[in-house]
Amino acid sequence: MTVSVRIPTILRTFTGGAAEVATDSGTLREVIAGLDASYPGIRGRIVDDAGQLRRFVNVYVGEEDVRFAQGLDTPVPAGSHVSVIPAVAGG
Amino acid sequence: MSTSLASTPASPAPSRFGYATGLSCRECGQTYPLGSTHACAECFGPLEVRYDYPKLDRAAIEAGPASIWRYASLLPVPPDVATTPNTEPGWTRLVHAQQLGRELGLRSLWVKDERANPTHSFKDRVVAVALAAAVELGFKVLACPSTGNLANAVAAAAARAGIRSVVLIPSDLEPQKIIATGVYGGTMVPVEGSYDDVNRLASELADDREDWAFVNVNVRPYYAEGSKTIGFEIAEQLGWRLPEQIVVPVASGAQLVKIDKAFRELVSLGLVEDTPYKVFGAQATGCSPVAEAFRQGHDVVQPVRPATIAKSLAIGNPADGPYVLDVVRRTGGVVADVDDDAVVSAMRLLAATEGIFGETAGGVTLGVLRSLLASGQLDPDAETVIINSGDGLKTLDAVAGGLNTSPAIRPTLDAFLAFEASQGGPGGDQPL
Repeated sequence: MTVSVRIPTILRTFTGGAAEVATDSGTLREVIAGLDASYPGIRGRIVDDAGQLRRFVNVYVGEEDVRFAQGLDTPVPAGSHVSVIPAVAGG
Repeated sequence: MSTSLASTPASPAPSRFGYATGLSCRECGQTYPLGSTHACAECFGPLEVRYDYPKLDRAAIEAGPASIWRYASLLPVPPDVATTPNTEPGWTRLVHAQQLGRELGLRSLWVKDERANPTHSFKDRVVAVALAAAVELGFKVLACPSTGNLANAVAAAAARAGIRSVVLIPSDLEPQKIIATGVYGGTMVPVEGSYDDVNRLASELADDREDWAFVNVNVRPYYAEGSKTIGFEIAEQLGWRLPEQIVVPVASGAQLVKIDKAFRELVSLGLVEDTPYKVFGAQATGCSPVAEAFRQGHDVVQPVRPATIAKSLAIGNPADGPYVLDVVRRTGGVVADVDDDAVVSAMRLLAATEGIFGETAGGVTLGVLRSLLASGQLDPDAETVIINSGDGLKTLDAVAGGLNTSPAIRPTLDAFLAFEASQGGPGGDQPL
């Protein structure tokens, strides 16, 4: 049961240039762990040393910003689309 | 790769990006060559333009054009930028607001009136810098997500430069801003949802369209530098000195952060004396994530879902929020908010006392000034500047409701006299 994850340009060095990759469903925390298993090191770019989402990363599950949901505990059911986006945009 | 020449004793020579030497991450310090990246690959932190400035003097700047290009040496743009087709924004009035100051009990108040820009908001400044950089970086299309003012500025600048524009806007935007974008003939895409939804779409598109310059996404490091020119102008127009207090509207927060950067650059270049100043941030209560973080003592900003008439400030997830908190706390200022009624009241006050019809964002700024004076957090004896970032003609609905418009009279003297009597008579305290 997989979910698709959209990878921003600055992390595509980890995915061999792929803009979208698949991993297993679960909580967002588990999805990111799944990504890291396939693309070692990518987790540390998204999550800080304290295990929190980095201050300048926005993560969406479907259309929902996970900061409005349950953060890293947000459920990511099979078939979901996850998007990881630099927060520094707009204004 | 670093291209810094900081230790070179000779005067640096400008490139096609002026005296800019590279990009560096505000969070972790990682450096990058000048390019079209906006976020750090290590930590996602925002990238900022680094410079190796030459010696500059006031006379050289004063001899420059009456536009932002008088400060071209302090921007990441080619030395000949002023001669390429652009909208020539900036050098707007700094109005000595004596009547408004008296009304509020302020000793010395100035309004930086950004209505005089080509599309009537400060956004023409940032777009002009983004356009110049985008051309140098080889982009073919000028694009943006926008709450309206930026859409106007991008569409106009692209038209003037003869390139294509694509702007994404929330579909519930004020009609004036939609019309004032569409008229320039670019592509306009109304998007269901809030500005933050539009912004997310733009960020994904920016990763997908290699020759599109989203001015406030993938060329944001250059774009944001344009807001420094507001700070440069204020200092120059005050006679090459810094104000003691400045109140700045906060949407993404970039404008406030860059005005502070401008003041510090002027000090470090020896162009103004290093006098203390306080920076205050202004938000509408219906979208006040930075004010809330300030009150709570947090250094991160929890996003909100905006609900305010000040749509140009309705960014629920402000990119520069943490840096606004840094600047405001460092200088001893405050970030505060006022509700929509206070915004409308302030818009009317600014118009009635100074003849300046500012947009809702200007109402937010003046509203917060009033509120901070009332609470004693702003010093009435200190010289104060407020920013009116845009034009009230773009947000007519905000003030249309409560205006006292009378029914038409017959075109006779008797009818006029009767009307005047109904208003309290000639010389009454109800001026016509």
